[in-house]
Amino acid sequence: MPVENRRTFLLGAIYGLWGLIAAALGIPASVYLLLPPKARQDDEWVEAGDIAALKPGEPAEIVFRRNRRDGWKITSQKSTVWVVKTGQRDVAAYAPQCTHLGCAYHWDDRRREFLCPCHSSSFGLDGRVLSGPAPRPLDRYEVRVENNKLLLGRVRQSGGGGA
Amino acid sequence: MRRIADWLEHRTGIESAVRSFLYEEIPASSNWRQVFGSVAVFLFLTQVFTGILLSFNYAPTPGDAYNSVRYIVAELTGGRLIRGLHHWGASMLIVVVVLHMVQVFLYGAYKKPREATWMVGVVLLLLTLAYGLTGYLLPWDNRAYWGTVVTTQIAGKAPLLGPYVSRLLGSGGEIGVVTFARFYALHVLLLPPATLLLIGAHIYLVRKHGVAPLPGDEALPRKKFFPGQVFRDTVAIFIAFAILFTLAVAARVPLERIADPTDTSYIPRPEWYFLFLFQTLKWFEGPLEVVGAVVLPGLAVAALILVPFIDRGRAVRVTRRTAAFTAVTLAGVTWTGLTVAAVATTPKPVTPVQIDFSEPTDWMHLSPEELAGIGYFRGEACATCHNLVEGKAKVGPDLALAAPRKSAAEMIAHFQNPAQVVPGTAMPAVQLTGPQLNALAAFLLKLTPRNAAALQAAPEFAVTGAMVYQANRCGACHQVNGMGMRIGPPLNGLARRRDAAWVEQHFREPQKLSPGTIMPPYRFTPAEMKALSAYLFTLPE
Repeated sequence: MPVENRRTFLLGAIYGLWGLIAAALGIPASVYLLLPPKARQDDEWVEAGDIAALKPGEPAEIVFRRNRRDGWKITSQKSTVWVVKTGQRDVAAYAPQCTHLGCAYHWDDRRREFLCPCHSSSFGLDGRVLSGPAPRPLDRYEVRVENNKLLLGRVRQSGGGGA
Repeated sequence: MRRIADWLEHRTGIESAVRSFLYEEIPASSNWRQVFGSVAVFLFLTQVFTGILLSFNYAPTPGDAYNSVRYIVAELTGGRLIRGLHHWGASMLIVVVVLHMVQVFLYGAYKKPREATWMVGVVLLLLTLAYGLTGYLLPWDNRAYWGTVVTTQIAGKAPLLGPYVSRLLGSGGEIGVVTFARFYALHVLLLPPATLLLIGAHIYLVRKHGVAPLPGDEALPRKKFFPGQVFRDTVAIFIAFAILFTLAVAARVPLERIADPTDTSYIPRPEWYFLFLFQTLKWFEGPLEVVGAVVLPGLAVAALILVPFIDRGRAVRVTRRTAAFTAVTLAGVTWTGLTVAAVATTPKPVTPVQIDFSEPTDWMHLSPEELAGIGYFRGEACATCHNLVEGKAKVGPDLALAAPRKSAAEMIAHFQNPAQVVPGTAMPAVQLTGPQLNALAAFLLKLTPRNAAALQAAPEFAVTGAMVYQANRCGACHQVNGMGMRIGPPLNGLARRRDAAWVEQHFREPQKLSPGTIMPPYRFTPAEMKALSAYLFTLPE
């Protein structure tokens, strides 16, 4: 019996200590790999360009530069946005990726809709899905207009709701 | 469960392999002294693990390397811990490998037929040191850069082969991207598989010849490896791991300034386990240099490898191995002496405080007035009622969001008589002098939601230093970060030009050190002097 006890104790200690070591390495490793970086806040608003010449109902693609925090780097990146004038002072600015799988869509002037070349999703001027597999309307930038200058904030994902 | 195990056993034989590994017979005398090898293997595997984790967020090119290490420790949760484990693990691995070797040496466990096991072990020790040398460069801070300059120069000193080794390390005279790529490839691509292979060979040889018995073991019944010895190994591994973990948490591994080949004020020193070699180098001058750099270390390694052939006597009790004990003692004393001498002769760094560059250093670019403002902000305990950015709701508004909308004059009026500017406010009047109020306002004007947390991290010595600087109106003659007059010399980059002793004496007796200067003498308290000179020495260039 004492031999059995001793064996039980040794086995318990071996498994217990290795368990502790595995936890002390495994938990920090998972946290390190899975949690997002504690990045400092980025500049909120980026100037995208002049929208004085925009006509209501005529989408325009505007190219602008924006700083992106990319891991340990901050890169100045060329970005585009589809802008539609929706009222005297109101504009909608759509992020340039199809909400289906991220392809770049374009404006089809003949059919008067945004058309994604990948899986033929199409979106209306208001960003709503007209046809195709896209799960939700086009994502919009937060928008501010000052003296006809378009300022873009973060991209907000549109809530569900298809065609 | 049983059926799966049976299937696995039948197709792979894994169960019987593990069984024969665990139930290997070991001499009756096996004891705690045999745990070091297992601990070394464990520490090596931990290095592999933490190394892989680091490499997931690391860019092996100069410049980017530094930024990515900074990213790992400052922005990734657990990143500092992982780097700490890797850094301290390297040191501990060296300690444990040496202890393992000393144990084997004292007991004469290298004797026939175990000569090959010993020689593989010596090569493993050299590989462990090679990790240290190559890994040192990878953070690309000043310490990394200058340590590697010396290493590659030493390698270049080898007779005949020198220039080739130097070219192989990618340092044709200078350290750059090629050196970096070579060191990185050695550290992560060449050394680990080589080490794994040799550890495999080492363990295979240990198993082939069995654990070395002591004289008298033949008469006693042999023991099984499991569970008794496995338990001892586990406990030893756990103790080593606990020490490693404590070091990684408690002893911060600083990140220094980014590598700067023009920094003449930097005092390069190798890792502690290379200090003895470093000290040896100092004693061989002129043409004898090669003796200290290459010949002596080469001879030492050769002697180590040949130990089993030098000592060919029969195995005797460990207590009778006086020669071995004498050799270990001599080696220990020599090593300690050299290391102590190296530490003792290290000049004090020009900069009296060490700054951890993995922390935000935005404060370094503030003007002295703005930096002093942080001091008044802290001294007046503004933070009891205000957040800088969003946080737990406090009585007053968040300053980074509110302050930039006001002018300095408005703010100062508000500080002096809060209720007059904002009727009904609960804020008490701030009790500061005019220039101090200016400083406070200057700091608040500088605040943005983006830099607030970084500025809040300004170290106490710098803030105090800036307050002394402001109080003595140094800016009336000197310039710091582009602010102030240029009657006296601008103070940025002072660390390159002077050391702390000079600067402190210059405050007391400017005429003596700079005859004809119009700078008046200053009588600072020791605390003021310390803070001011530390602040001045940390100014960026």
